[in-house]
This record gives sequence, structure tokens and C-alpha cells, in this order.
Amino acid sequence: MKNKDYQDIFSGFKGEEGDLIPLLQKFQEKYGYISEEAITYLSRFLKISENQIFGVASFYSQFRFDPPGRNSIKVCLGTACHVRGGQILSEALQRELDVLPGQTTKDRKFNLERVACLGCCALAPVVQVNTDIHSRMTVIRLKTILDKYE
Amino acid sequence: MNSFEKQKKEAQRKWDLLKTSKIPVIYLGTASCGRAAGAMEVLKSVQNTLKENRLKAKIVEVGCIGPCYLEPLMDIVLPGRPRISYANLNPDKVRKIVESYLIKGDPLAQLAVGHFGEEGDKFTDGIPRFFDLPMLKPQVRVVLRNCGFIDPEEIDHYLANEGYSGIMSALRKKPEEVIAEVKEAGLRGRGGAGFPTYRKWEICRRSPGKIKYLICNADEGDPGAFMNRSLIEGDPHSVLEGMLIAAYAIGASQGYIYIRAEYPLAIARLKTALTQIREYGFLGKNIQNSGFDFEIRIKEGAGAFVCGEETALISSIEGKRGMPRSRPPFPAVSGLYGMPTIINNVETLGTLPNILRNGGSWYKHYGTQGNHGTKTFSLVGKVRRTGLIEVPLGMTLRKIIFDIGGGTIKPFKAVQTGGPSGGCLSEEFLDTPIDYESLTQAGSIMGSGGLIVMDEDTCVVDLAHYFLDFTQKESCGKCSPCRVGTRHMVEVLEKITKGQGQPDDLSKLLTLGETIKTGSLCGLGQTAPNPVLTTLHYFRPEYLLHISEKHCPATVCRELIEYRVIPKK
Repeated sequence: MKNKDYQDIFSGFKGEEGDLIPLLQKFQEKYGYISEEAITYLSRFLKISENQIFGVASFYSQFRFDPPGRNSIKVCLGTACHVRGGQILSEALQRELDVLPGQTTKDRKFNLERVACLGCCALAPVVQVNTDIHSRMTVIRLKTILDKYE
Repeated sequence: MNSFEKQKKEAQRKWDLLKTSKIPVIYLGTASCGRAAGAMEVLKSVQNTLKENRLKAKIVEVGCIGPCYLEPLMDIVLPGRPRISYANLNPDKVRKIVESYLIKGDPLAQLAVGHFGEEGDKFTDGIPRFFDLPMLKPQVRVVLRNCGFIDPEEIDHYLANEGYSGIMSALRKKPEEVIAEVKEAGLRGRGGAGFPTYRKWEICRRSPGKIKYLICNADEGDPGAFMNRSLIEGDPHSVLEGMLIAAYAIGASQGYIYIRAEYPLAIARLKTALTQIREYGFLGKNIQNSGFDFEIRIKEGAGAFVCGEETALISSIEGKRGMPRSRPPFPAVSGLYGMPTIINNVETLGTLPNILRNGGSWYKHYGTQGNHGTKTFSLVGKVRRTGLIEVPLGMTLRKIIFDIGGGTIKPFKAVQTGGPSGGCLSEEFLDTPIDYESLTQAGSIMGSGGLIVMDEDTCVVDLAHYFLDFTQKESCGKCSPCRVGTRHMVEVLEKITKGQGQPDDLSKLLTLGETIKTGSLCGLGQTAPNPVLTTLHYFRPEYLLHISEKHCPATVCRELIEYRVIPKK
């Protein structure tokens, strides 16, 4: 990370404690994850200890601490999706990609995540790949959909 | 004429132009749920069909009208003809419809799902009226009145539909009179607990503080609920207008919208709407020359279910771990940065413009004694017609599930109200009216409004395990009844679903559940055992079958399924 990059991220923030979560979100948006280096810079900018920053960041499920894959798969495990077979989709993906939720495939093509609800419950079960939401999913359709991503 | 009247007149002119358009108008539902069903491909197909045939038409992207099972939806209005709605579209079907109706004038009645005109219109022969469809007919649209009809990114559409007249009416009153109006309406918090909105406001208004805050809680964390997302995506201005009214009533000068990061489209719509109202003089200093100042900032949540709880939400805005604290003091007295703070749910806020515009006694007309008004629900699960609905409080679960939802395909088994904090109600509760007290009495809660319907293919033990596993993972870990207790319950439930259940497990679950309910610090823990306690109460035989017979009647628990080869087949 270059000095200039993080200064761009910090611009517009006053350095108050309330800026911590929005800043973490900006770091993650730009780099895909929160690196140790990012925490160091945040700590200097906000004048909060690195410990405290890590404590806050690790509390929220949005933040990850290792680089994601090129494509991010989110399996919805909300109630409606659970009742309509979301768990089966999750297991099929784990077998197909040979990873556990939260992990990234060896070729770094995909990382697999679980989410509590994407709010598309009427079209359950749903799987999100990057920004595309695929509705009324089946295990058979999963494979054809994954083939579309590089 | 003051500036608001001018803005309104100009908006009305634009709206009338759309309504009397000389070229066809095509409405497309492109909220998140529509997009998930393929609305963007449908949109592309409409554009291509128009281009290839050199047809002129205006395309308007609207929010979700409610019946999600019909997504993607498209409506076509030809000049002088009623609006006709088409459902379950794909690019090919859209091409066929657009070509037939726009070129030959044949609306293809067999493909249309409903129309919005008068009955007996010769152009809509063989098409039912949209609002006479079984899913729509029993509904009353107050909060959702604009969803699906206006372009959510056009403030003028909102203004032309009586938008911002609620806050204008509020600004002519004293704040105390606004509170009295909401008291008259009998509005109760739509976030779940049903605390009277006016009472919370009064406390905040009276509490001293150099600055007061209003927070819009859009952290719709309940899995299986999407009412708030739909409202924000379909009619963001109604929520902002509600915030202005609430802020004026309590004397707040700074507002926050705490919204889940999982709702990118809703966030984008809010940002657009905020820019527009600043331009129109509804945000900033001296709003509409009334002397009232108000600012709104958006705070994106970072994925923690517990942040739906008021004090946890406040901690999160302050940049801390989203952990609740003990109350009192309540946020209305000492909240964000120690100042008096009101947190209202999206739907509560979205209701306010209607109350201020039409009066409290008008709103009171809907619903039942003590439970006035309407409530939105997301009707999902194993029900034929899934979607977003709005009904007067007091309607029975049976009417909602069977008349509006069309019932289940396989026999009905249970319905979960109130998300992970709610309870699972069996068939004998179908005639329970939906109101705060009746649902609490049945061991469930109203909650934010998720209704998840289950049929005989759903295993209640598995479902109870699912919910507890969810709340256990989302427990913030501050108090031990919730942190340790839910963990224990998950372990016991897991054993039962794996066929390792012991006869005394059920009494263990009961004791744990009661202890967690009484001993937990916040609403998450206090309600977490509900799914287990209600299913234990109403579906005890199913638990017993899992324990003594190692049998799962719904064939969901995989360890309990036995595979046998039948030689003859």
C-alpha cells in the first residue's frame, strides 16, 4: 500500500472514533480485505490502538482479513432459503470448489461465503456471485452458472 | 405562491405528461428482487425490441409492487388505454408481447396477469383487474401506496402523489401537536416490540440535551424479511419524509440512517433521494422557511444481527463493537453520544407522512382496537404466492396464508412469525388475528414482519436448530445467559437431529430456554429461545419421534434417513 492511496481513503474524514467502521469499509472496498498494514495506518489516523481496531473489525462479519478470490460467492442461508434448500446448495458448492465457507479456492478463482439474508426471500433459494443474484437456484444450475465466471 | 407550491405544481405537470403520454409507457419492476428474477435481461429485451422495430416508448423503472412470485413484472400503457400487467417474463416472452401490443394493438390477453383500468373496459377483455387478484384484493396499501407506481429516483413523481405534504402539514403545527396527531393515530413501533411511537417521542422531546438525534433503523437483519428493503427501493422519499416529521416532533437536528451493507440498491436510492431533497429545500438549514434545521447521514451496517437492537446500533454508529448495554437510561433520554435519541423503524417512519397528511383519526380507521393501522409482511417459504404484502392489523393468519398466499402445495404445517426471535405456530393458531398481543400470547412475536410458511416437508426440529444456530452465532457475547446458553441449546438440538437425543433433552431445552429468556441483557437473548420453546410446545411429538424412534417424519434430518434397495424396482 502506498502512502498516497491511503491518504485518498482518509480524505473527507475528520478522524473521529465514529469514522472507524466507514473507513474499514472503504479499505475493504478498495483492497478486498483488511490488512495488518491497513490497521496500522488506521490506528495512526484515528489515534486508537491497533488492538481496539482489530476488536471492532473482527466483531462484524463484513470484514475479512485475508485476500478474497477473483469472484466472491455468497450462499444465502436466510430462513426462506434454508426452508427451500439453501444448505444443500452450500454443501454442493463446498464439494465442487473443495473449500469451506470463508475460504478461497487454490486457484484464487472463487471465495465462498455464507450470508444470513439477501432479502430476495420470495425467490429462494438464492446465490450471489459478485453482484449478480441468481434466484430459484438448484444444484444442477450451480455448475453452469459458475462456468460463466473467469 | 411559495416555493413548495411551485415545486408541487411543476411536479404535477411532469406527472400529468407521463399519464397522458402520446407514446406508450412501459413500467418495469427493477427492485433487487425483480433483478434477481431477471428484470435487467427483460429490460434489455424491451430496449432491443423497440429499437429493431423502430418503436417509440418511454421506459419507467419502478419498485416492487408486491407479488414477487410473478417477477419479473412489466406493465404497458398505450395512449388512452388502461395499464396492463404481464408477469413471469423472460426476454422472448417480452419481445412477443411488445411486438404484438405496440405494433398490432393486440394486448395478448392470455399472457396478461391484470389491468389497472375500470371494469368492463373494451381494451382489457379477458384480463382481470390487478387489484382484484386474490393476492391483492384483501390488502390495504398505505405504506406501500407508491411502490411500483412511481419512479423511485424521481422526486417529482413523489411530490405529484402528495409527497412532502405530510411534513408541510407538520411544519404548520407545533411539535407537541404533531406528537398528539401520532398519538391519535395509535401508531406503534413497526420494528417489532410495538411500543407506542408517541410515548417514546414525548420522553425524548422532554429530555434536555444540546443536540438530539433521530435514527432510522434500516438494519433489517431478520432472515426472511425484506419489507424495509422493498419500501426504500420503491419509495425512498416516504422514509425521508417520515424522518423529517419525526425529527421535527422530537426536536432533533441530526439524523442517521443505519442500513445494512447487504442492500446496495437501497443505499444508492437513498443517496439519490437525499441529494434531491437538499436541492428542493427539505434538508439543511431553515427547511421550507420554517426555521427547522435537519441533516441526514447514511451509516452502513457491517453485518451484525444484534445491531438491530437500539443500544447496540448506537454503539456501532459510535464506531465501537455493536454490543448492547443495560437500560435504563433509555436512548430517548441518553442515546447516541449520550444525547436524547429516537430510533424508529423504516416502516414506522414510512407511515408518518400518511398520518400527517390524512390525520390520525383516518389512520385509526384501519386495524383493531389497540392495534391500529396496517402492517407490511414478507410472505415467504412454502406458500404458493410469495411476496410483500400490507394488511390491516387484526387479519387472521389463515386469511393471510390461504387467501393472500394461496396456501401451501403440500399440507400446511406451521408458520414462523417474527423471524429468529419469534415463534413457530401450528395449524390451531391459524385463526389468530395478527396483532401484537395475540401473537405474544401464542408465544411468538409480531417482530418486523417476516412470515415464513412451512409445509410437511419442513422439520421443526431442524428449523429450531437453524434459528438457534443463527442467534448463537450472532450473539455478541456480552452476557453469559445468551452466550453460553444458546450454545448449549444448539448442542442439544444438534444431537437430536443426529439421532443421539436422550429422553431428558427436552426438559434440558425447556430449562435452558426459560433461563436465557429471563437472564439475557437485550432483546436478542430474551427472544432467542422462542423458536425452540414454541416448537416444543406445539410440536412435541415430532421431537419425541426424533429421540425415541430416531425418525424424522419430514425426512430432513439426514442422519435419520434410512436408504434401502427395493429389489423389484
